[in-house]
Amino acid sequence: MQTGTPEDDSAQEPDASVPEHEEENPDAPYIFYNDIVIEHFTNPRNVGEIDNADGFALVGDPACGDQMKLWIKVDAGYIVDIKFKSFGCPGAIATSSMATQLAMGMHIDDAKLLTDDDIVRALGGIPSNKEHCSLMGVGALQAAIRDYEQRSSIKS
Amino acid sequence: MNRPTIYFDHNATTPLCPEARNAMLPFLETAFGNPSSYHHLGRQARASLQSARRELAAVLKCSPAEVVFTSGGTEANNMALRGVAAALKDRGRHIITSAIEHHSVLKTAEALAGDGYDVTFIPVDAQGVVDPECVAEVTRADTILISVMSANNETGALQPALELGACARRHGIAFHTDAVQTFGKIPMGAVLEHADLVTLASHKIYGPVGAGALLVRRGTPLASVITGGHHEHGLRAGTENVAAIAGFAAAAQQAVSGLDTEAARIAALRDRFEERLLATIPNISINSRAAGRVPNTSNICFSGVESESVLLHLDLLGICASAGSACTTGEPEPSHVLRAMGLSSMQAQGALRFSLGRSTTAEQVDMVVGVLAGIIKKLREVSSL
Repeated sequence: MQTGTPEDDSAQEPDASVPEHEEENPDAPYIFYNDIVIEHFTNPRNVGEIDNADGFALVGDPACGDQMKLWIKVDAGYIVDIKFKSFGCPGAIATSSMATQLAMGMHIDDAKLLTDDDIVRALGGIPSNKEHCSLMGVGALQAAIRDYEQRSSIKS
Repeated sequence: MNRPTIYFDHNATTPLCPEARNAMLPFLETAFGNPSSYHHLGRQARASLQSARRELAAVLKCSPAEVVFTSGGTEANNMALRGVAAALKDRGRHIITSAIEHHSVLKTAEALAGDGYDVTFIPVDAQGVVDPECVAEVTRADTILISVMSANNETGALQPALELGACARRHGIAFHTDAVQTFGKIPMGAVLEHADLVTLASHKIYGPVGAGALLVRRGTPLASVITGGHHEHGLRAGTENVAAIAGFAAAAQQAVSGLDTEAARIAALRDRFEERLLATIPNISINSRAAGRVPNTSNICFSGVESESVLLHLDLLGICASAGSACTTGEPEPSHVLRAMGLSSMQAQGALRFSLGRSTTAEQVDMVVGVLAGIIKKLREVSSL
């Protein structure tokens, strides 16, 4: 190894002009989808549409890689049916599926408290570069509940 | 699940052929000398290096003095662009390349632009082909280099390297072509004659990773980018990777022997693949289909689905293919090649590349078509589009 000259301390001080590298996160626990994620991806739950839904949401932008439509049926404050359709990567499809599975049967007040972390945890983790996918499921759920609440406030 | 692997990703890399493996073995075992060493092990390595250089030169129909071994295609592309730019910086600073180059050319051109060079990126038509007229139009008195690939790695579309080489020669401009995806797939004698610099890679032609070459036509101005010892005619310092180079030369010989028969066999399989897909799956389009293409490459847009989802389904069934884009941050960068062809970001999201090779059989083609039909149907049922 060569040693720097006394006036060359570049070996010690990182050069400010060196661009920051996109480093792989050493804490990232998963390099690929786990079996639960793959199972939800290959057999997504609650796929479809609901006629006469009580709440509907459309989130995401297909030009950016994912989009989700979510329908909910609400009875006495409980989500009695939920269906989705998603365009996106395996992470998007699996998190969409898990979001609907978690929300099914929940009271909307509880469903409102669901977070993207809950979805990721239920899936047993997801590769770090796919964590943003779970935001779509939660976002769609919250938006569908808001849509339901708006509709019911107009009715009453 | 013990499914046999079906490998449709030969444009990414290829398995090592037995000829290359056998050529490499001595240098991984007893013949480990440094070609620069004085002693008998060094002389043995030096002689082997020279014979590999002669073998590759014979394949390329050039002089052994015109073959510069590198670590691979990326290094050869860097060497060509940076080497010509540095050698001719006092004569001119204008470089012409295309919008669909491999990143090892694109990013290098961008880096040169940051260093005070003026780079023009030529667009392509809807079939993904560079128009030589466009190149002629942007040529200036201070243009020092035209660099356009021989065939695109994603679509397989052949580029008018011959016309471009002739145009460059008329204007006294150096012409470089990245031939990584054409070499060993189609005969390329004419292209070789018209280019001053040609990039080749070993691992795309059933040779090992870690070797490539830049063919440097005699008299081409080229400064050395990697400085050090006097290796590779003083153009590329560093102890030569004799094992990989020997494997590369053997693979190159193997690739060109019986090339016409193999190219025709693979073209027939690719056509079978595309015809059956079109007959089986609605709403798909084949990119660059109207262009001349290398015979093994098929790039297909499946509307309404996202390519990684198709890739994972295929992978779960043992089938290897590749996608132009991968969603990693929520803002995937769809293929710059397909975007340059005028495809929307949405269309590019659903693009997959299948690249066939020596191991490909008609049975595999039919199986992949059948599997794909099921996957696309399933994903479209889930899709919100």
